[in-house]
Amino acid sequence: MLKTILKRVLQAIPTLLIVITFTFILTRMIPGNPALTMLGPQAPKESVEKLEEELGLNKSKGEQYVIYLNQILHGDFGKSYAYNQSVVELIKERIPNTLVITLTSLLIALVLGMIVGIVSAVRQYSILDYIFMVLALVGVSMPIFWLGLMLVLVFSVNLGWLPAMGMGSMANGLWDVISHMILPCFCLSTIPMATFARITRSSMLEVVNGDYVKALRARGLKEGVVIWKHALKNALPPIVTVLGLQLASAFTGAILTESIFSWPGMGTLIVSAIDNRDYALIQGVVLFTAIVFVVINLIVDIVYTIINPKVSYEGGKGGN
Amino acid sequence: MSEHLLTVKDLKTYFFTASGVSKAVDGVSFDLEKGQTMGIVGESGSGKSVTASSIIRLLPPKTGRIVDGEINFEGKDIIKLNKKDLLNFRGKDIAVIFQDPMTSLDPVFKIGNQMVEMICAHQDVSKEEARKVAVEALRKVGIPQPEKRMESYPYELSGGMCQRVIIAMAVCCKPKMIIADEPTTALDVTVQAQVLELLQELQDEMDTSILLITHNLGVVWKMCDTVMVMYAGKTVEYADTKTLYSTPMHPYTWGLLDSMPKLSDKVKGELNTIPGVPPDLRLTGKCCNFYNRCPYAQEICEKEVPPLVELEPGHLVACHRQTKDKKLVRGEVNQDE
Amino acid sequence: MAGKKNMTDTAVLGADAHSQLIKRERRANNVWNKLRRNKTAMIGLVIVTFMIIIAIFAPFIATHDPNMIKPSETYLGIGENGHIFGTDEFGRDLFSRVVYGARISLIAAIGGTFVGAIIGIILGLIAGYLGGAADAVIMRLMDGMLAFPFVLLAIILMTILGQGLQNVILAIGIGNVPSFARVVRGQVYIVKNEEYCNAGRVLGVSNLRMLLRHILPNTISPIIVYATLNVAGAIISEATLSFLGLGISQPTASWGNILRAGKDCLNTAPHIATISGIFILVTVLGFNLFGDGVRDVLDPKMKK
Repeated sequence: MLKTILKRVLQAIPTLLIVITFTFILTRMIPGNPALTMLGPQAPKESVEKLEEELGLNKSKGEQYVIYLNQILHGDFGKSYAYNQSVVELIKERIPNTLVITLTSLLIALVLGMIVGIVSAVRQYSILDYIFMVLALVGVSMPIFWLGLMLVLVFSVNLGWLPAMGMGSMANGLWDVISHMILPCFCLSTIPMATFARITRSSMLEVVNGDYVKALRARGLKEGVVIWKHALKNALPPIVTVLGLQLASAFTGAILTESIFSWPGMGTLIVSAIDNRDYALIQGVVLFTAIVFVVINLIVDIVYTIINPKVSYEGGKGGN
Repeated sequence: MSEHLLTVKDLKTYFFTASGVSKAVDGVSFDLEKGQTMGIVGESGSGKSVTASSIIRLLPPKTGRIVDGEINFEGKDIIKLNKKDLLNFRGKDIAVIFQDPMTSLDPVFKIGNQMVEMICAHQDVSKEEARKVAVEALRKVGIPQPEKRMESYPYELSGGMCQRVIIAMAVCCKPKMIIADEPTTALDVTVQAQVLELLQELQDEMDTSILLITHNLGVVWKMCDTVMVMYAGKTVEYADTKTLYSTPMHPYTWGLLDSMPKLSDKVKGELNTIPGVPPDLRLTGKCCNFYNRCPYAQEICEKEVPPLVELEPGHLVACHRQTKDKKLVRGEVNQDE
Repeated sequence: MAGKKNMTDTAVLGADAHSQLIKRERRANNVWNKLRRNKTAMIGLVIVTFMIIIAIFAPFIATHDPNMIKPSETYLGIGENGHIFGTDEFGRDLFSRVVYGARISLIAAIGGTFVGAIIGIILGLIAGYLGGAADAVIMRLMDGMLAFPFVLLAIILMTILGQGLQNVILAIGIGNVPSFARVVRGQVYIVKNEEYCNAGRVLGVSNLRMLLRHILPNTISPIIVYATLNVAGAIISEATLSFLGLGISQPTASWGNILRAGKDCLNTAPHIATISGIFILVTVLGFNLFGDGVRDVLDPKMKK
């Protein structure tokens, strides 16, 4: 098993390098002179040139790439001109806020989604199954920003029950924190919940119809044990895969959700970076996220080998 | 004769599918005595396995249903058992050994855990005691280093070893009866004999009844006290093994016995097969299911379902041509034609 | 001896009834008939067809010029003054904008999927068929691209390319290349080792011919399924980009930028955001329903 894990870690290195290179190429392709953008169109020529030199923009693309790589290896993601702060610091400041809502939402989504999926699978073709699956399909079809707007419309504008903007503070009591989280988390958990429900159902159905489940029942085990212990553990691998993918798309969702609810996280950071054409910040956030993704995928693969001993036994054949 | 352990009377199990009702088991009757072994033989699709699944009431929900008949185990009406009693019945009263050992164990749990789980489900023992029972059972079925094997995952064992584990699991709750559904089909020839011997040893030791489902007549001859021949969901002949082999009466049984390769056969290279294919199970039940493949078929065979009649004491046959008064002699092809 | 009677394999019990059964089964297993019996797929197909008809016949369906500004009639409610869905902040007829928006949104989504599919199929075929170094290089590149969350990738692409329909199509297309390449490559790997491909190789069929005549056709059904489901995602992608102000720019109407406009007047005119969002949701739902159905029919074993 250790060998499989090591192999996966090594495989992630070229992916990381590609990610870094992509980010470099893409951000260099953004039209306009960053120095000019930073200083404004009226800036005198000398100061623009001076800034270009500071940023290393007068060097050849190859040299720039090497410098860039070197910086990243040292954890230097550049400096945002709009905030006049290093990108790493900005990310450090914002990431906990994003993690709070994404992780809470994913946890809710995972638990509820799996329960719905299992119940649906066990009662395949029942009315309950039908209702759940229609709801799940509506869930995966939901444009998240629209859902967010509708939640604001109903619960804040019309009913006035919950705040629509910003993050609560412990200074105003626990309810202030929670009440600010309800709508963003509701919004952010809908799509993953629907996805988990669907994948759990299909994975469970496959397992439940398998031979060994029949054998388990023939041993006189309780139906609850057969389903919630044996079948569920066998049905887990695809769910873990989807969990990894959902971690990734939850971040995408967070960008939109945060911008709707003015939640001060990574999402609002990148949206403001786009609005300000703050390229260093865009580049930094994008790269940071991509690296996080690669690492998440790596972790998912490792978890996968742990819950499914057969994968590592077959030398990670299940990969492709 | 001793008392019946299991009585199955006119069992009918149908599958309700989109394209029609498939009569997988359509009138099966037999008795199984305590400590005895009964074989069910027939081609694939003849309803052998469905009969077994019906006995432990493990049919695919929604589609499969027992529509008629009686299953009686030690005076208990199995068809009327409630959920809780059914769980105690499965595994504790009757254990099942399935065809493919590799897919009968949960692949993601260790063998030991699976055995302990089953023992704890049926006996009021602690986990440590259950482990001891499990190790003992593994030792009994001839698994080397049973303590170490407890920690293995199923995929780490060979097919033969897996089947031994499954047999150990089957016997660890001391069931009164074991259903072995083609227990050796998926195994190597050399391992097959070992597994069968093991089953027999355990049976002698524990006085268990065995219901052996197979298409291998050689296995039946070696293992069974009585045999039931099934064709297209129906019992066509039922007798004790010796009688069936010495004086088989149903034309289908004749065909089956003929198709068995014998070492004594001088002429090599020719396998006697029964021509034609078994009927679609959605169309059976209106006549003798075998009439289109039967060289002895007459008009009546095409019109009426032959009843299962006890022609000799303990020898039941379902054939229009075999009656008490007029017996059909093998090889005597239809004179009326 | 058994077998004297002349008997063939067709001599089964009730031969007539049996052949009828087989016919009925064959008819039931025909792809289109199976699809027709799949209720959810049919609902999806109806929705999709409905939206496509709206998009094609937009000029005939729209009641007003979608871009005509009328400062005297801003923020009219539903049904007021002959405006079916009311008007927006410039007094433009919302119904007509939604109808024309269907055009832009569907073109962007289907076009983007198409671009992604073409490039992805080519890369997937090359990677899967050649294997070895080509496979490794292409697939690592695809892994790298997949590491970017789609929205972020599209955001960067749109900042590079600038707003506009073609660029939205391009950005959605590029974003979809890796997953198409993966699907195709996986399928090629399966097909490539099948008997008939080995036979072809032994007979000396050329590589290109092998790819186009034998391998591509056998990868087509998963591609169709994936593409259908992908259009659903692409509609949301277009809406997302336009919603963030990076996609289709005003005054051209798309569902995404109508929603963006609706966001700013959620308090005063909630119907703008509500209606455009419902159109997005229903259309995406339609493609998902249909795609699910097609998948079940073409390949019941295929998941995700």
